[in-house]
Amino acid sequence: MKEPQIIVCAKQIPDPEAPFSNVTVNVEKKQVAVDAPDVISPYDENALEAAIRIKEELGGKITILSMGRKVSDTVLRKTIAAGADALVLLEDPLFEGLDSGSTAHVLSCAIKKIGDWDLVLTGRQAGDWDSGQVGLIMGEMLDVPCVSLARSIKIDDGKLLVEKSVPVGYEMVEASLPALVTVSNEVGELRYVARSKMLGLLRRPMSIPKWNSKDLGCDIDRLKKLQLTELVPPADMGRQCTLIEGAAQDQACRLAEVLSELR
Amino acid sequence: MSEILLLVEAKDGALDKKSLELMQGALGLGRQLGVATCAVVAGSDTARLAESAASFGLDKVYRLEHPLLAGFQPDAWVKGLEWLCGQVNPGIFLLSHSFVGKEVGPRLACRLNTALTTDCLGLSVDPGDGLLVRTKPIYGGNAIASLKCEGVPQMATVRKNAFEPVGEAQSASAIVEMVPDIGEDAIRVKSIKMVEQEVVELDKANVVISGGRGIEAKEDFDMLEALAAAMSKSHGNVMIGCSRPVVDKCWMSSDRQVGLTGTIIAPDTYIAVGISGAIQHLVGMIRSKKIVAINTDPGCNMFKVADYGVVGDYRDIIPALVKKLEEQR
Ligand SMILES: Cc1cc2nc3c(=O)[nH]c(=O)nc-3n(C[C@H](O)[C@H](O)[C@H](O)COP(=O)(O)OP(=O)(O)OC[C@H]3O[C@@H](n4cnc5c(N)ncnc54)[C@H](O)[C@@H]3O)c2cc1C
Ligand SMILES: Nc1ncnc2c1ncn2[C@@H]1O[C@H](COP(=O)(O)O)[C@@H](O)[C@H]1O
Repeated sequence: MKEPQIIVCAKQIPDPEAPFSNVTVNVEKKQVAVDAPDVISPYDENALEAAIRIKEELGGKITILSMGRKVSDTVLRKTIAAGADALVLLEDPLFEGLDSGSTAHVLSCAIKKIGDWDLVLTGRQAGDWDSGQVGLIMGEMLDVPCVSLARSIKIDDGKLLVEKSVPVGYEMVEASLPALVTVSNEVGELRYVARSKMLGLLRRPMSIPKWNSKDLGCDIDRLKKLQLTELVPPADMGRQCTLIEGAAQDQACRLAEVLSELR
Repeated sequence: MSEILLLVEAKDGALDKKSLELMQGALGLGRQLGVATCAVVAGSDTARLAESAASFGLDKVYRLEHPLLAGFQPDAWVKGLEWLCGQVNPGIFLLSHSFVGKEVGPRLACRLNTALTTDCLGLSVDPGDGLLVRTKPIYGGNAIASLKCEGVPQMATVRKNAFEPVGEAQSASAIVEMVPDIGEDAIRVKSIKMVEQEVVELDKANVVISGGRGIEAKEDFDMLEALAAAMSKSHGNVMIGCSRPVVDKCWMSSDRQVGLTGTIIAPDTYIAVGISGAIQHLVGMIRSKKIVAINTDPGCNMFKVADYGVVGDYRDIIPALVKKLEEQR
């Protein structure tokens, strides 16, 4: 079989693990501001890790595809440092605030434009809105076999073999290529990238194609924005906490009493 | 507007509680809009499930019967439900935000050329334009968004516990059997084997003791086990849970993960050991009756949502606590 051409869809989002004191909800503007650096959505890093493992075994090429208003190639170059081969950025004011179906449409157009591909990987859900839709919808749009929630992905003799997480354990499934797989964290974390390697890459010039809606020839009438009617902060979750201080022995005694009362 | 449809799911052969909650939500919308509320059960042997679904005051229960719908083959289910929607043209289609709903929902929405909103906590209808207003947590739960989408049917998946389970009704709903047109060719992903692992159901526990990234070594979970053993003599069903980093390290299986992408639980007592209290974790345990936190960092978030906090190292606290509990008996 020829070496697999893999496309990994990676979304750039504000760090979803930022402490919630760094998150501000602007009710009037219906906007969330997160005071944290942008990162690659965590499950997309898992997807990249899965892709790199396939490439280590079979060779091939990994292309990272990212849509956003101002996608930062600084953030995305981490993927190159980790083992991806190429980046394609999709930027257009029209791509701002799209719903899941429209996002899937734009990404699918880009995948068709890239043309030569065997496998598309996405994260199971993006860490900002946690929708979990774009991958599955793209599977439909690209009209290929689609497997969700992968915990391991292999290509064997031109066939796709996936271990898919299911509530009772996992399921081994098989499909032909080309195919689309959404990846879960059980795949494992993205390998460590040395800072020096990152910095070296940042200095190296690199041509990164940026495609807009015209380049992609996507159907502009199909692009729908999310229609937010309201955005509010969550109800206050705070409780009055009784702190048990002192030496460990005393703390343990007091806690034992507390637990006995909680029976 | 045409009828409201919801997908009923089974668990261990019986109606899943999530489906009863979904019925409550759907029936509420049905009353508000004055339209019929119907359910669909899918499978190859749905008679019993349809009968149980028929006792909750729905107008109709569709039995979508086909040999290819046995088990859960997503390709076949999407095809079958697409066919059903073609027959009954629902105005609203609701699914649980379950394993099945998460997979079927987006694919079905795409085929029906409409938009789905996942993981909703609340649903209402805008009287102005008749669109479904979908309320869902975003940014892990740091904000709650309400949104509307065009398209028919109006589709949403609904989070566990968003509605109270519906109670039994006086009269039984009509059951309508339907045989969808599904061919073998619809199935592109082939199941080779199912590997069943022992699954813990954390939502059955009275007490959950969870360890997080603060737990230094895998063996240290023995301390939590010892605490569980000591407490189980007086506190009922005590189980061990964890935060996601523990699953990522493969120290625990994912069924023990508490949180947004794990299990959402509300035990009598939740004990968080070495867990900082990230929003995605809190979402999973904030409804616990009492929350106890053990953490070396007095400033950690978990103390803000806890009823009792112990500032200290679990390696000092827990063994002493176990000893104390054993002495007390
Ligand atoms: C889309 C998405 C979904 C997610 N879903 C989930 C989910 O379902 N569940 C989940 O848990 N997370 C989830 N996460 C991850 C989440 O954001 C946090 O990263 C995670 O919950 C942190 O786990 P932790 O508190 O165990 O680790 P940390 O945040 O690293 O906290 C460790 C804590 O241990 C304390 N500690 C250290 N040493 C000791 C000691 N000796 N004794 C006592 N305390 C000690 C530290 O003070 C610290 O507070 C998700 C993230 C994303 C982006
Ligand atoms: N703007 C984007 N650019 C690239 N990939 C995306 C984008 N939005 C979503 N995806 C992919 O689709 C997955 C699921 O996203 P979502 O349906 O928004 O939760 C993500 O994990 C990404 O792999």
